[in-house]
Amino acid sequence: MTDNNNLIVYCEFEDVHVADVSLELLTKGRELADKLGVKLEAVVIGDNLDGVEKEIFPYGADVVYKVADKRLYPYTSNPHAAVLINLFKEIKPQVCLMGATCIGRDLGPRVSSCLHSGLTADCTSLEIGPHTDPKTGKEYENLLYQIRPAFGGNIVATIVNPECRPQMATVREGVMKKTVFNPDHKGEVIELKADDYVKPEDFVVEIIDRHIEKSKVNIKNSPIIVAGGYGMGSKEGFDMLYQLADTLGAEVGASRAAVDAGFTEHERQIGQTGVTVRPKLYIACGISGQIQHIAGMQDSSIIISVNNDPEAPINTIADYVITGNVEDVIPKLIKYYKKNSK
Amino acid sequence: MSLNIIVLAKQVPDTRNVGKDAMKEDGTINRAALPAIFNPEDLNALEQALRLKDANPGSTVTVLTMGLPRASEVIREAMFRGADGGVVLTDRVLGGADTLATSYSLAQAVKKMGNYDVILGGRQAIDGDTAQVGPQIAEKLGLPQVTYAEEILELKDGHIVVKRRLENGVETVKAPLPCVVTVNGSAAECRPRNAKRIQKYKYAASSTEQTKLDDARKALIAARPYLNIPEWSAAFVEADPEQIGMPGSPTKVKAIENVVFTAKECRRLDGSDEQLEDLVKELIANHTIG
Repeated sequence: MTDNNNLIVYCEFEDVHVADVSLELLTKGRELADKLGVKLEAVVIGDNLDGVEKEIFPYGADVVYKVADKRLYPYTSNPHAAVLINLFKEIKPQVCLMGATCIGRDLGPRVSSCLHSGLTADCTSLEIGPHTDPKTGKEYENLLYQIRPAFGGNIVATIVNPECRPQMATVREGVMKKTVFNPDHKGEVIELKADDYVKPEDFVVEIIDRHIEKSKVNIKNSPIIVAGGYGMGSKEGFDMLYQLADTLGAEVGASRAAVDAGFTEHERQIGQTGVTVRPKLYIACGISGQIQHIAGMQDSSIIISVNNDPEAPINTIADYVITGNVEDVIPKLIKYYKKNSK
Repeated sequence: MSLNIIVLAKQVPDTRNVGKDAMKEDGTINRAALPAIFNPEDLNALEQALRLKDANPGSTVTVLTMGLPRASEVIREAMFRGADGGVVLTDRVLGGADTLATSYSLAQAVKKMGNYDVILGGRQAIDGDTAQVGPQIAEKLGLPQVTYAEEILELKDGHIVVKRRLENGVETVKAPLPCVVTVNGSAAECRPRNAKRIQKYKYAASSTEQTKLDDARKALIAARPYLNIPEWSAAFVEADPEQIGMPGSPTKVKAIENVVFTAKECRRLDGSDEQLEDLVKELIANHTIG
């Protein structure tokens, strides 16, 4: 294999399918590869990979590298890193994309460190464009613009990686859109032998147990909080808040009145007797705004109040006041977010 | 069994507390108004280290931080909570480093420290949120890594058993020592400062800080070496000048756009489709959501 200069996506394989985030990256990768005039490649590492290319080709991949070995599933850091490091030394891609998942954020840095290639985490946008080095004046064509928020979301930075290859970036699930390129698209399958890429000593970490377990509520560190009050009316009313929170990547909080009424659990209570939060965006739904609640959220950067009472006390500290019924307004917010976010 | 434990910690601007007072008139962030704090997940890592020390008498916990000389505040804070000492890796030539140059510099400092059984650090720092430095240090040192750790379940016979918190579940892994473990915010909170330790360590000072002290205090530190917080330079840790700071960073910042918060006065909306769609579009455009 020669220096191919292509764009490659590391496809995560969970149970029997390619992860959504990888398909989203293939969609984006196809667009970027076309701009660069190169092939889109994919690499899948795992076990029982028979037919996995059928899931990948419709998203536009021209080449799929498959590395199957029972020791390569479930994922562990060193063996997967060894495959990518040695494969990239051989084929020399110019761009490598991976999901900003627990796997991608564990694997990417290890690979980039070994290859001394730059890596940008959690990109929210990827583009191709030129760059002029401000010091040397050297000009570069067709670099990957890796665009991401930084500094707690208070700035948005465009990162480039002028000299080192591959230019590596991770992207969170749901940030890019997943679109079938062509259901009949076919490419080349290249099966690689694990032993040619991984040494026995790479299998140092042993997985003892894996199981599904719900994580604890973490409203304190969430940049966006959707909070509900007594005005949500019921436990079922709170379901709407979970939908909005899922859509925005937010956590659900509550006023004391809503917790006391049994609409949601105590861990979500915001205010003097609950948690104090300072998110970037706080959406208060059906919360009148007693002083003890306001004490726990007044430092939020942006506050939106949704309330059918135009005189609700919380409106005095809100940046936006939406006067209306929560059951009308919240579904519309979900709808317009979905419509405009991609 | 006594252990040598290294904790990697970073002093960061408190980006979570960007209240209205931290915004300038043009809507951009006033960095000077943000307090510098102990990176939250590094405190979770410190707690795991202190638990290992509690369980293995005779162990030492040494904190390593890279930053400005004032990062000695992080070392003192760790001492108040139970760490035995620390080092500030500080040098003008280390400035402007991306994660790769940072991890190279820290790995060099770890090599200088030498003897270690386990290296702990927070999963990520709140000013960058990259989670890259831990795994990159592991790679530079040729060590295995365990990321997203929530609890160290066992450490004995040359291995460590760690519970990891992943997107939709937990995984328990066993890794040989030495290794690098990065700890999640979901792990146990760090113990508070201890009054006796504050008494013992309150005069701890870095080399830079000591130059400003009076002779009596200098004499006190000379008599009690544990109060000295060493500052290490890039040359001292034998860092290759081409792999540190700006020159050692493959990634370059091409442009920075401040996120401008424009909502200064309350705007009233009636809940109509048009107004709600405009609001959502505005919030997406200024990166508040999406």
